[in-house]
Amino acid sequence: MEFLFYMGDVFTPVNFVLLLIGTIGGLILGATPGLSPTMAVALLIPFTFQLEAAQGLILLGAAYTSTVAGGAVSAILLKIPGAPANIATTLDGHTMARKGEGAKALQLSFLASAVGGVFGVLLLIFLTPVLAQWALAFGPSHLFWLAILGVTVIGSLDSKSVVKGLLSGCIGLWLATIGFDDIMGAQRFIFHPALGGGINIIAALIGLFAIPQVITMFAKGRHNDGAEVIKVQKHPISGAFRVLMRSKRALGIGTAVGSVIGLIPGVGGQIAGLVAYDQSKKFSAEREKFGTGHAEGVIAAESANNAMVGPSLVPLLTLSIPGSPTAAVLLGGLLIHGIFPGSDLFDNHPDVAWTFINSMLIGQILMCIFGLYVAGLAARVAQVPQSVMAAVVLGLAVFGSYSVQSSMGDVYVMAALGVMMYFLERFGFSAAPLVLGLILGPIAEANFIQGSMIANATGGMAPYFLGGPLNIVLIVVVIASICYSGYMELRARRYTSKEEIMA
Amino acid sequence: MSTPSLPRLQHIVGSGIVAAVGIWVSYVSYTQQPSEAFLFPRLIATVFVVLALWTFAKACLGWTKVGNGISVRQFTNLLPGLLVSLIYIFWAAKAFGFYTATTVAFFILLSLYDPAPHTAVRSWLMRILITACFMVVMYGLFAQLLNVYTPREVFF
Repeated sequence: MEFLFYMGDVFTPVNFVLLLIGTIGGLILGATPGLSPTMAVALLIPFTFQLEAAQGLILLGAAYTSTVAGGAVSAILLKIPGAPANIATTLDGHTMARKGEGAKALQLSFLASAVGGVFGVLLLIFLTPVLAQWALAFGPSHLFWLAILGVTVIGSLDSKSVVKGLLSGCIGLWLATIGFDDIMGAQRFIFHPALGGGINIIAALIGLFAIPQVITMFAKGRHNDGAEVIKVQKHPISGAFRVLMRSKRALGIGTAVGSVIGLIPGVGGQIAGLVAYDQSKKFSAEREKFGTGHAEGVIAAESANNAMVGPSLVPLLTLSIPGSPTAAVLLGGLLIHGIFPGSDLFDNHPDVAWTFINSMLIGQILMCIFGLYVAGLAARVAQVPQSVMAAVVLGLAVFGSYSVQSSMGDVYVMAALGVMMYFLERFGFSAAPLVLGLILGPIAEANFIQGSMIANATGGMAPYFLGGPLNIVLIVVVIASICYSGYMELRARRYTSKEEIMA
Repeated sequence: MSTPSLPRLQHIVGSGIVAAVGIWVSYVSYTQQPSEAFLFPRLIATVFVVLALWTFAKACLGWTKVGNGISVRQFTNLLPGLLVSLIYIFWAAKAFGFYTATTVAFFILLSLYDPAPHTAVRSWLMRILITACFMVVMYGLFAQLLNVYTPREVFF
């Protein structure tokens, strides 16, 4: 119950105002098609430099929580998911809106998001310290394998191609080695003065997530993208409460599925929403109504995608392995404030860790309250043409990456990585494993070097890195995640080929 | 012998570039000194080059299943925006000053991609208004709130 001791810190004037700004801003950013939660959080990081660590994390955490929920607004009113996590919401949410039940769908989505989100954060509160204590037993070889596990799990689960996912992770790990090495002080892979200090993680995050989105908007050309927003009629909130209470099964399935999926690194909100939707349909007494504007569909999808937010931070705060791409960006935010997640986070910085986690709990409730009122405004923002959005994001990316260290080098790195990532994405590579490689690379290298020194003084590299029960478990998990993803990829391909033959 | 289709050719070129980078990283990792500094890069480079060559071989054999490449239409759509952005980032921002260059780049990009007609005076006024509003917000946020001193150079 240590978290209660720090609960008051969330309500200091500055912290609470930041929480409000993050929540309302996140709702609006989330409702804007093309602005994913990951990109929104990456663009916000430069604004946290002048803040204290806890304050910066409150802003980022609130934005993470409410962008996921805000994505439901455009999913329901425009049939455009604000984020991949809201794809399942469009299936019933938009149909409800077309039937004149837009307000009801929005109310249900925010109420279900709050229930799922609060449960997810409670899991974060109770699981994190336990796992953090367990992580104290980790030595350099275990931490090395954990970093590799983080990259390979995200690389294999988050990508459509296992090989390309792992290759993206390798590119990220290599990019992390650019600059001067910590032990010998030797130059590595520096072919431009801008790379002398290595690749700045925040500039890289902004480039890798924002610039490909900007170029994607350019690639659409001058088409008329002003999607028609369905008008929202008034609907009593008490009616939405009654529907939510009647749909306990969908709410329970959504919350449980989201929480479990959130704990698995790399799986993400998109899968949480779709799996919860599918499972709710299977267990529903009215399964034929799914897809025709059924409230249970919205409740299951939205409770799941918010329930995964809290648990996705458990591996991040305990083992330094981000559970989702947005959690990876949050890791960048932690590192920039000098906070290194892991076993000693709760011993060295309990105030920062608990204030951040508590703010996410309060943020879920605020998100629900404001979501019900801001939905109309957010829907209007969702109508902003992509041309304006592309120019705004580009401007923010340039100013944001410059403000990291007041260096043009960071802006060049941001742009170069962004353009490279756009083209890589067109060929099936994904940004998440690359970012993970970039973030976890220094951790992997430091522990590899430290481990190799210990290994040379003891029994050699192989027994040190490949022996011991914990090393073996981690290696087996690395191999199993790659094999499982390979199997799923092959199965999906066979299924697609069969469908093509049948057609 | 049939001519390779555009996406396949694109996959070959794309994965070929990645493979070339992988080979270069491996070469540098195994030849540069001091060798202790390149211990970890060697480990990565070995995996990197194996996966990159595998991907390249798959692309050459036409086995690549993931990734749609870029159509000619998409490329022609994105090219002007990309060129304006790159000129803005790599030259104009430093040469003219951040705020001047951003104003010009923002306005050009808006004009290039705005679906509103280019012949109507109202749409041009709208673009000028949006650009001005954006720059006021950016100046307020970065110069006033965050105290970021951006390059001012020739103009502002």
